[in-house]
Formats: sequence, structure tokens, C-alpha cells
Amino acid sequence: MRLRSNMNIKHLLAAVAALAVAGGAIAAGADLGQATKQATNWTAIAMFGIFVAGTLYITKWAAGKTKTAADFYTAGGGITGFQNGLAIAGDYMSAASFLGISGLVFANGFDGLIFSIGWLVGWPIITFLMAERLRNLGKFTFADVASYRFAQAPVRIFAATSTLVVVAFYMIAQMVGAGQLIKVLFGLEYMYAEILVGAIMMMYVLFGGMTATTWVQIIKACMLLFGATFMAGAVLMQFGFSPEALFTKATEVHSKKDAIMAPGALIKDPVSAISVGMALMFGTAGLPHILMRFFTVPNAKEARKSVAWATTWIGYFYILTFIIGFGAITNLIQNPGDFYVGGEIAKGLKGGGNMAAVHLSKAVGGDLFLGFISAVAFATILAVVAGLTLSGASAVSHDLYASVFNKKATSDQELRVSKIATLCLGVLAIVLGIAFEKENVAYMVMLAFTIACSGNFPVLFMSVLWKNCTTRGAVVGGFTGLILAVVLTIGSASVWEAVIGNPKGSAWFPYNSAAIFSMTAAFFTIWLVSILDNSAQAKKERALYPAQQLRSETGLGAAGASGH
Amino acid sequence: MQNVLDRVTANPKFHEFVAMRSRYSIIMTIISAAAYYGFILLVAFQGPWLGTKLGPGMTTSIGVPIGVGVIVFTIILTWIYVRRANSEFDSTNEAIIHEAQK
Repeated sequence: MRLRSNMNIKHLLAAVAALAVAGGAIAAGADLGQATKQATNWTAIAMFGIFVAGTLYITKWAAGKTKTAADFYTAGGGITGFQNGLAIAGDYMSAASFLGISGLVFANGFDGLIFSIGWLVGWPIITFLMAERLRNLGKFTFADVASYRFAQAPVRIFAATSTLVVVAFYMIAQMVGAGQLIKVLFGLEYMYAEILVGAIMMMYVLFGGMTATTWVQIIKACMLLFGATFMAGAVLMQFGFSPEALFTKATEVHSKKDAIMAPGALIKDPVSAISVGMALMFGTAGLPHILMRFFTVPNAKEARKSVAWATTWIGYFYILTFIIGFGAITNLIQNPGDFYVGGEIAKGLKGGGNMAAVHLSKAVGGDLFLGFISAVAFATILAVVAGLTLSGASAVSHDLYASVFNKKATSDQELRVSKIATLCLGVLAIVLGIAFEKENVAYMVMLAFTIACSGNFPVLFMSVLWKNCTTRGAVVGGFTGLILAVVLTIGSASVWEAVIGNPKGSAWFPYNSAAIFSMTAAFFTIWLVSILDNSAQAKKERALYPAQQLRSETGLGAAGASGH
Repeated sequence: MQNVLDRVTANPKFHEFVAMRSRYSIIMTIISAAAYYGFILLVAFQGPWLGTKLGPGMTTSIGVPIGVGVIVFTIILTWIYVRRANSEFDSTNEAIIHEAQK
């Protein structure tokens, strides 16, 4: 890698090095690192302005349709499978995966592909094990499913805690990414990004609820897929649509030569690699903002279609990022004057190594397309943050307020609480975004996945599929997974050394990912505590299993869940 | 409603159906996990092999079609499941419910 001596590059290098050492930490796609402010890009700002104006117009329309708590949480259940698939893809394809993975392909070639495959493997798990059962049992949040036959208060408190922790880590990473991106893409101050993202996102969620959030995600997904398709197509066209010709040229100009066609130093330690794989595979099936999307469709059939479409779009998108990364190699390295700091390759790409896709957009489509891609990258963060906020607000209003503290709450009261929660989360997002500006947040998205796979996923899986699971088992096991995920991640080198600043080699948890331990511990604890649970409540819960199973497997009784 | 529930639960066809579909989901889960972990293990232990060229004089390595293949395979597997579930499974499901409602 010939990228050096630049602040941004140093961070990227540090991130890539951390990964290489730790083994397949797919977290690189999650962090955009520090960035230096670039010249103000008015085209990009104008394009982003059009996006915001359009989406706010939709929000105004959605606001008219958001009258009840059900509208707010699930858009009244009237989203089709195809639309929901796009919205899920919009929720999942972050700016970091677009810029981060294409940047990684640009730097290391083949290794980028390994990353993107990791981000896709969670989807079949959701399809085969979760989608229809979630739809059949749930109403607004995944806690509806997990607590179906259990004592409401403890399970809801666990689910809400876990949701808020996942949302917080995921959100900080997004907000910090937004701040770094705005400096490079629009040439504006970090602070503007925090306030812009926070304020616009709050308007979507507050006024338009799930309807507006869904359409923002659909529009963003279409823009991102269009932009990426155009770029990959333009690159392939340069080579007469021959990937072989593209690869040949890339190996000629890249400093690593032919090594970019083979795996590099990504996986050194198989335990970490498998652990990261588990976090991605099962964490996706435990992300609250993703799970929530399954309640927006009318039935299990549409829920299944949603995941199939989501998997298709996300997979297609990752194939595109691979082509885009190689296109950046062939287009940028030969024009250092336009794309490198001071025109010197040794000084690294302008704006940092993650900007490969952005520079490529200028190379293949001029300033107008650069503006478009910049606006899309920023809009992407906005849409993801809106989805996260909606999910966090639902945890507060539906799981805590309406299911624990005020069980007699009316739809209006619940709606009011969810709006207050949205406001609080929005302000919190801005505050945290500012507080973490200079912090290393590379580990945060991975931590969110680790918590999701160690807390939410085992609880959901066991409560739905294992007859003998009890409230006690689910809550104790869920918290065990959640706490272990956080504690072990703190003890790993990526936090203990890189964030807290302890000396190198002092990390007391030797692997890069906690998932293999925390998820196993969660399942084991749920099993152990459940079989030891002989309380009357436990007996009642086991007796309720056949009815739950009937509904989760056949959808009988679930049809009306979203219609009101 | 309770009657319908009881009749479905009492119907051995329902339990057969649920067991069959669960088996199918688990097999599909194992196949997709095997594809992913198989690929990761190849990267970990057979890295240089993934770098071998597809043919003499070519730049494209075996790893590229395998990697892209894992993505495409994942998508196809998902559609296979969804198509079967949305047609065959759903009609069996409806038949069982219908029988109970008579």
C-alpha cells in the first residue's frame, strides 16, 4: 500500500492493520476514520438539498397517515414485500459499507470481497429461521415476539435495554461517520453534519413515523443502487465489459501487483475469524431496527419476500463495490494529480483511503456525478440513523412505557411517548456525535452486532423454538450475553489498547471478537436456567408453547396484528 | 377460534408439517453457513490456492468466481426457500387450517 504520511491514511492503515492482526475483523467497513475538510462542494450540497426537500415532502404526506401508534411503528402494516426488501437494504447498506469496502478493495483487492461476503451471511439465517415467525408472532417490536408467552415486564426490560444499547453504539458510529464525511464530501464543518443529520432525521421520524422512514430508506436504496450500478457499469465499459481486462490493468498499476488477486493478511487467527463470522451471521438476525421492519408487511408471505429481495439487493450491491474498488485502482492511480494529496501517490488519496469510490465517481461521471454520489453517501447515513431512532423510540414507548409502566396506555398516549422518545434520542445522537468526534469508533458497529447476536438472537431463537424456555432463562441468559459481549469487547485489543490507550499487548481478551464466547454463553445460560426453573410461572409458560407454536408456524390469529 | 386451534393442534398432519418445514429450514441454514465458513476456511488455510489463475496467461484468480459465487449462491438459496415456502408450504398450511375450520 503506497498510501502514507497523511492523517486520514494513518487511521485507515491503523484500522486495516488492526484487522489484519486480529483476523478478519470485518469492522473496517464500519469506520470512516478522521478526515480533513475539503473545498466546499456546492453541487453535492445542492443534490443533497433536493434529496432532503423530496424526503421532507414525503414526510408531510406520511404525517397525514401517521395517526395511531400502529402507523408510527409499522406504517399500518401496509408495506409490500418488494418495498420492504428495498427498505431493509436501505437500512443495511451504510455509507461505511459503500465507502469502506470499496476503499478496502482499492487498497488490498481481493480482501475486500471477503469482507462483503461476511456482511451478507446473516440474511439467509433471517430468511430460514426468523422472518415468518417474527411476522406471525409480533406486532411492533421484536420484544412482542420474545415475550409472547413470558412474563411481560422482565423480558421487555431486557429487550428494551438491549435495543437501546445496540442502537446507541450503531448510532454513534453513524453520527461520527456523518461528521467526517461532511468535511470531505461537502467541505462543511463536522458540527453541521451532527445538527443536519439529527434535525432532519428527527423530522422524518417525529412526523412521518415508519411510513416516512420506510420511504426515505427506499429512495436512498434506489439512489445508492443506481449510483453504484452506474459506476460499476462505467468501469466495466472502459474494459469492454471484460472483468479479466479490468483485473489485468489493475494488477499492472497497483503497487501490490498480482497480490491483489489473492487473500492477503486478513485472517491470521481462525478463532477471531469464526467469531466475527458468528457476530455477522447471527447478529443481523438480532438487530432491532432490522427486525422491526418485518412488522410493516401484512403477512408471512410478504415477510419472506422482503428478505429475499433484501438479500438480492445487498448481495448485488456488494458485487458492485468489488468492481468499483478495482475501477478506482485503474482510474485513480494513473491520475495522481487529480485525486492524491499534492498530486503524490505517496501522500495518499485526498480525503483518505475511504474516498476511493467518491473519486471514482468524478473520474467516470464528472462533477455532477461526484455531487450525486456525495449526496447519496450522506443521505445513506441519514436513512440509517432514522431507522435506528425509530427502533430505539419504539423500545421506550412500546416495550417500556406501554408494556411495563402504563399497561392501560391508549394508542394516543403511546404515540405521544414515542414522539418524546424520538426527540430525546435525536438530541442524544447529536450530543454523542459531537462528544465522540475525536474518538476511535471503529469497534462500535461490530460491538452492536456482537450484542445483537449474544443478547437478542438467543432470546428470540429460544423463546420461539424451544418449548422449555422460561422467562427466567431468557432474561438471565439474554443479560449474560449482553454483558459478556460488552465486557469482552472492552478487553480486546481494539478497545483496551486502541481506544482506552493501554500499552500494546496488554489486552486481556486475546481475540478480536467476543461473539463466539458471549453467544455460546447466552445459549447455555438460557438452557441451564430454564431447565432448572421449576416455578409455577415456568410451568404455565411451557404450557403456553403449543399455542405460540401454532401461531408462529401457521400465522393463525396473526392476520389482524398489523391491520389496525 | 379456540376450537380451530385445538383441532389444528390435534391434527398429526400439522406436527408432521411443522417438523418437515423446520428440518428444511435447518438444512438450508447449515448449507448457507457451510458455504460461508467453507470460504473463510479456504481464505485462512488455502489462501495461495485462491490466488491461482483461472487459466494460463490470465489475471483473474480462482478466488474471484468463488467469492462472487458465495454471494450469488446465498441469494439463490434464499429465493429457493422463499419460493417453496410461499407456494408449497403455504398451501399445506392453508389446507390444515381449512380442515380445522370445517
